[in-house]
Amino acid sequence: MGRPRLWRVVILVAALIYFFGPLVASIKYSLIQANGSYSLGNYAQILSNGALRSSMFTSLEIAGIAAVAVVALMLPTVVLVRLRLPQLTLLVEGVTILPIVVPPIVIAAGLAHLQGSAPEWLVRLWFNHPLPALTPVYVVLAMPFTYRALDTGVRAIDLRTLVDASRSLGASWFTTLTRVILPNVETAVLGAMFLTIALCLGEVVIATIMLYVTLPVQMIQVGAASPGISVAISILSFLFVFVLLFLLSFLAGRRRGSSSVRVI
Amino acid sequence: MSVMKRRAGASALAALASTACALAVGSVATASAGVNWSKVTSAKAGGGMAALIKAAKAEKTLNVIALPPNWANYGVEIRTFEKKYGIHVNSENPNGTSEQEIQALKQDKGRSAEPDVIDIGESYTATPGFSSLVAPYKVQSWSMIPKAAKAANGDWFNDYGGYISFGCDMNVIKKCPTSWKALLSPQYKGDVALNGAIGQAAAATDAVFAAGLNDGGSLNNVTPGIKFFQTLKSDGNFDSTDCNTLQVIVANQCPILINWDYLNSAKSYGLPANFAKHWKVVDPSGKEFAGYYVQAISAYAPHPAAARLWEEFLYSPQGQNIWLEGGARPIELPALVKAHKVNMAAYRKLPAVKGTPVLPTVPESTKAGTAIAAAFPA
Amino acid sequence: MGDPAARRRRGIARPAGAAWLGMLPFSAYVLIFLGLPLYEVIHGAFTNDSERLTLSNFSAIFSQSQYLIPLENSLILSAWTAALGAIFGTWLAAAVVASPAGSMLRRVVSSASAVLAYFAGVPLAFALIAALGRPPGGVITTWLKHIGIDLYASGFNISSLFGVGLAYVYFQIPMMVILITPALEGLRPQWQEAAENLGATKLAYLRHVAVPVMAPAFIGALLVLFGNAFGAYATALALVGSAIPLLPAAIESAINGNVLVNEDRIAFALGVEMILVVMIVMVLYGLVQRRARRWLQ
Repeated sequence: MGRPRLWRVVILVAALIYFFGPLVASIKYSLIQANGSYSLGNYAQILSNGALRSSMFTSLEIAGIAAVAVVALMLPTVVLVRLRLPQLTLLVEGVTILPIVVPPIVIAAGLAHLQGSAPEWLVRLWFNHPLPALTPVYVVLAMPFTYRALDTGVRAIDLRTLVDASRSLGASWFTTLTRVILPNVETAVLGAMFLTIALCLGEVVIATIMLYVTLPVQMIQVGAASPGISVAISILSFLFVFVLLFLLSFLAGRRRGSSSVRVI
Repeated sequence: MSVMKRRAGASALAALASTACALAVGSVATASAGVNWSKVTSAKAGGGMAALIKAAKAEKTLNVIALPPNWANYGVEIRTFEKKYGIHVNSENPNGTSEQEIQALKQDKGRSAEPDVIDIGESYTATPGFSSLVAPYKVQSWSMIPKAAKAANGDWFNDYGGYISFGCDMNVIKKCPTSWKALLSPQYKGDVALNGAIGQAAAATDAVFAAGLNDGGSLNNVTPGIKFFQTLKSDGNFDSTDCNTLQVIVANQCPILINWDYLNSAKSYGLPANFAKHWKVVDPSGKEFAGYYVQAISAYAPHPAAARLWEEFLYSPQGQNIWLEGGARPIELPALVKAHKVNMAAYRKLPAVKGTPVLPTVPESTKAGTAIAAAFPA
Repeated sequence: MGDPAARRRRGIARPAGAAWLGMLPFSAYVLIFLGLPLYEVIHGAFTNDSERLTLSNFSAIFSQSQYLIPLENSLILSAWTAALGAIFGTWLAAAVVASPAGSMLRRVVSSASAVLAYFAGVPLAFALIAALGRPPGGVITTWLKHIGIDLYASGFNISSLFGVGLAYVYFQIPMMVILITPALEGLRPQWQEAAENLGATKLAYLRHVAVPVMAPAFIGALLVLFGNAFGAYATALALVGSAIPLLPAAIESAINGNVLVNEDRIAFALGVEMILVVMIVMVLYGLVQRRARRWLQ
C-alpha cells in the first residue's frame, strides 16, 4: 500500500478531532463529584449498580433478536426484488424509508394508542414485557438502513451469476441465500446488524413512553442523581457498545478481499 | 392468506410472551379478605391502617411516574417509603410531563406498569374525562388540607408547591436581577432561561403568569405576561436552552434560570458544591407567584392498596417534612406548624416570602395556561 | 425474467406467482408492525373529534405560519446535514476502505461508526455543550475566548438551529460511512488498473468508472440521511428544548403539551405531512435514479 496519501490522512485526522473532541470534553464533566472534586468515583458507582445490569440483559436480548430478525426478513426481500420483482423497487424503498422519517414520538403515540384500544388480555399477554413488545418495533426502525445497506451490498456483487450458478448446481433457495449470497455481502450485513444493535441499545423515546425499563432508559434514571453520573453513563455506554461491536467484528472472521468473490 | 399469517404470528407471539411474562415484574393486587381496594375511599372504609398496610405489603410493588429524585426530595420520599414498608417503588419516566402522566393513565390499562399514582400540575385536573381516570380517596389527615386545595369528593388534592424565583449563575453574570423589570435590562442579553417550554411545562408557563402579575396583569389577565416574554425574546434577552437537567445548569448554560424555588435551591436540586458556591437564588420583589402540584390515584391502579398507602405516607408528618426538607412547601404546612409537628430547621431554611404571595385557583390556572400556550406555539 | 422460454433455457422450473409469495413475510410484517401504529396516526389526521372525516386538520397546518415555519426549517436542516454527511462520510469511508479488510483501522471505524450513528440525543447534545457551550462551560469556546476569539459575543450559540445542524452532521457522517462502504468495496481494484493500462488518468477513472458505479448507492444513502435528519428530534430537544422551530418539535408539543386544548389530531396531521414530504422526495429520488441510469449507459 505504501505511505498513506494526504487525502486519507486529512480526513482521518479531521474525523478524529470532530468526533472525539466533544467526547473528550464530556469526560471532564463526567469526573465531577458532588463536592466539586474530580475523580473516577462516578464510574465506580455506575459499574457496581445492579439495576443497570438487569436492564442491560433485557436490552442485549432485544438487540440480538432484532439484529438477526431484521437481516432474516430483509435479505431475502432485497434479493427477491433485485432478481425477480424490480418493478417493486421504488415501492419497497418508499415503505422502508418511512420508519426513519416518522419521528419516534409519533410512532410511540400510535403504538400507545393501539395499546389503549387493544383488549386487555392482549395487553397483558403482549405488552407487559419489553421483549415481545419492543423487538418487533425495533426491527421496523432498523429497516431503513438495513434495506439500504443490503441493497448496496447486493448491487456490488454479480447476483444473477451467483444465483444461477448455485441453483443450477442443485442448491435450494435457502442454501443459496445462506451459503452463497450471505458471505458475499458480509460487510453490508455486519453494518446493518451493528446499526441495529446500536439502535436497540440507544432507543429511549418509545421505551420511555411505553413504560419499559431498557438499558438506555435505566441509564437516564441512574444519571438523574447527579450531573457527573449522567455524563459518565453516556461515556460508559459509548464504550460498552463500541467494545461489543468491536469484538463481534472478530466473530465475523474471514478476511474479505475486494477482488475475490467467495462461493462457499 | 395474510389473516392466517397474522393469526399464526399472534400465537407464536403468545407463546413467546407467556414465557416472557414469567419474568414480568409486579403482581396484580389480590383482594385481601374480600376488600376491593380499588374502590376504597379512605383507610377507615378499608378496615383501618393496619389492614391497608397489610394489603399494600402483599402487593409488593408501587408504580410511580414522572418523579425526578431531585424534585422536592422525591428521591428521599421513595427510599424512605421502600424501607419503611418493604414495598419496591418502580419509578417510571422520571423526566415525564404531566401530559404524559395522563396519557399513561389512558393508554396503559391492563399493563402491570400502569402508574398507580400521579403528581401533576394543577391545571391538568381540568382535563376532559379526568374523573373517570382517577379513584377518589381521602387521606387520614384530609382535614389538614385547605378546602380550596382539594376536590370535594377526593379525586385530587394539592401536595406541595413553591414560588417562582430567579437562579443566577454568578460565573456568567455579574449581578443577579432582583425584580422582573430588571430582566429586560440590556446587560442580560441571551441570559434569561426557563425550565421547560412555555405552554407545556408548568414551571415555564407559570413564569409567564408571574411576570404578568408584576407588570400590570392579574389572575384573570395574562396578556401583560405574554407581552413581557415576547419582548424578552425580541430584545434578545431570552435564552432558548431548556434548563431542566443538572448537567446543563452545571455547564453554565443557564445564566438566569426562572424556576420554582425548590428547584433553584442548590442543595435540594443536587448542584455540586463547587458550582453552588457561585449560584445565587433570589425571590423577585413584587407579587410572589405560588404554584402547587396535585396528587391523584389511578382508577385502574394495578396496586390499589400500595397506592393508597403511598398517599397516607406522603400526607403523614414524616412525608410532608421530607418535602419541606427538599425546599418545597407541603400543603399541610400551616396545620403542621400549629400542631408542632413541623421540622423547624427545614422550615426556617425556606426562602422568606417578602412580597405579596399570590396563589391562583384551578380555573384561573387553566384559563391562563390555555391563553399562554396559544400565544407561544412551538 | 418471467419469460417461460428463458426459464426453460436456464433449466429452473418456477411457478409464476412464486416470487410474489416470497414477498409475503415482508409485506405481512410491515402491515402489522408499521401499518397498525401508522394507521392510528393517519386515521387521527383525517378525522375530527366527532370521528367524522375532515380535512380541517390539514387546512390548519398548511395555512398557519406556526406550522409552516417548522416545515421550512426541517427541510433546510435535513438537506444540508444530509449533503455534508454524504460528502464527508464518503470521503472518510474511502480513506478507510483503502486499508485491507480485517485491519484494525477498519474494525475500529466500523464499530465506532455504528455507535456514533446512534449517539444522538442527550449524550450528543451534552457532548456538544461540553465542547462548544457558553464559556466557562464549553471547553473549546473557553479556550478560544482565552486566545481572543469570543464566539458567543459574536452571536454564536450552540443552542440554536445551527448548533442542532452541527449535532446532526455528527451522526450523519458515521451513518453514511456504514451505508456506502459496501459500494466502495465493490469497486474492484482491477478496474482501476485496467483503466490506467488503457491510459486513463485517476480523474478520468473516477469520472467514468467510479462515480457512475457508486451513484445509485450514493443517492440512495443520501435519501436515508435526509429522512434520518427529518425525523430526528431527541438531540434538538436536548440542545434547545421543545420550543425549537422544527417539525418533530411541533408534533411533540402538540402531543405532549396542552391536554386542555386537544391538539392530538394536529400532531397526527403533521405526522402525515412528514410522510407526504418523504413521498415527494421519493418521487424525485426515483426520477434522479432513472436519469442517472440513462446517463450511465
